[in-house]
Amino acid sequence: MERRTLLGRLSWQLGEVVATHPETARAKSITLAPPNWRGHRAGQHVDVRLTAEDGYQAERSYSIASPPEEAPRVTLTVERLDDGEVSPYLTEELRVGDKLELRGPIGGYFVWEARMGGPLLLIAGGSGIVPLMAMLRHRAATGSSVPARLLYSSRTFEEVIYREELERLDEADRMLEVVHTLTRAHPPGWTGYARRINTQMLREVAWPVEQRPLTFICGPTPFVETAAASLVELGYEPGRIKTERFGPTGET
Amino acid sequence: MENKLDGNAAAGALQAIFPFDMTLVQVTCTGCGASDVIGALAAYMHGMGTVIRCPSCDTVLIRVAHMKERYWLDMRGVRVLQISAEA
Repeated sequence: MERRTLLGRLSWQLGEVVATHPETARAKSITLAPPNWRGHRAGQHVDVRLTAEDGYQAERSYSIASPPEEAPRVTLTVERLDDGEVSPYLTEELRVGDKLELRGPIGGYFVWEARMGGPLLLIAGGSGIVPLMAMLRHRAATGSSVPARLLYSSRTFEEVIYREELERLDEADRMLEVVHTLTRAHPPGWTGYARRINTQMLREVAWPVEQRPLTFICGPTPFVETAAASLVELGYEPGRIKTERFGPTGET
Repeated sequence: MENKLDGNAAAGALQAIFPFDMTLVQVTCTGCGASDVIGALAAYMHGMGTVIRCPSCDTVLIRVAHMKERYWLDMRGVRVLQISAEA
């Protein structure tokens, strides 16, 4: 009988940057080739550590954007925070051929695999799309027909990360529905939502309560709390709603 | 400054110590007796380390920090830790 091996403690490793790709003016995808990659699941993250010449270290968590099917290569999408300690370096300075210290993959809680079924309800705020994109890419890579809906809130049209890829996925797959809302500005002729996510919008977009969608919400803390509280208020089971909050981690 | 995140965000620090997927480890709170997996708990990240609190009663469950080549782990709020050896 095959015994499952223990994960082992996580340790840091140096992954070479093998590609970078700008997604929006502020967000960049960075593809790494870590030497010891045990494979990951859609929704997991890595910790990245930068060390200054004087020994000062800063650590941040970044979600994995690429599906497990692309392992051992791992793509992160990082949004630049102007007052950040780590993201300006990752988005502006890091070049192909550089090495980046990381540990992972981390977290089996905020994870979706095709065999977990659905229907799937994904709710993203800003760069909270990243782990949910790994789920959609995994779903596409495995040819899964699990019905899925993505509700994605961005400030402006230009800030929508993976906009063209989402459009392609949406058009190619009738079991997938992508719904955008733009909270700050929208182009002329915009037909999507143009306000913050609220209970009314979720009532329109989320699956009927009796279909018991498996829900993943990722975004800034207030966004996640609003979306999760609204879903619970609408009668969705808290036990099938998983959240991942992100935000400044205050290591200054 | 601190920001409320999920236990998921603390998993990297915990998995540097424990050889398990810590987001799926079940914690029972000494304060109110509520149980949940670490991934579903509330985590607060500080420069000095990470604090995991009970989302029901706000009791401090776990504090973890890594300083000067030493891990500091304070589990004052944990009554029971259930670790699945399968994950």
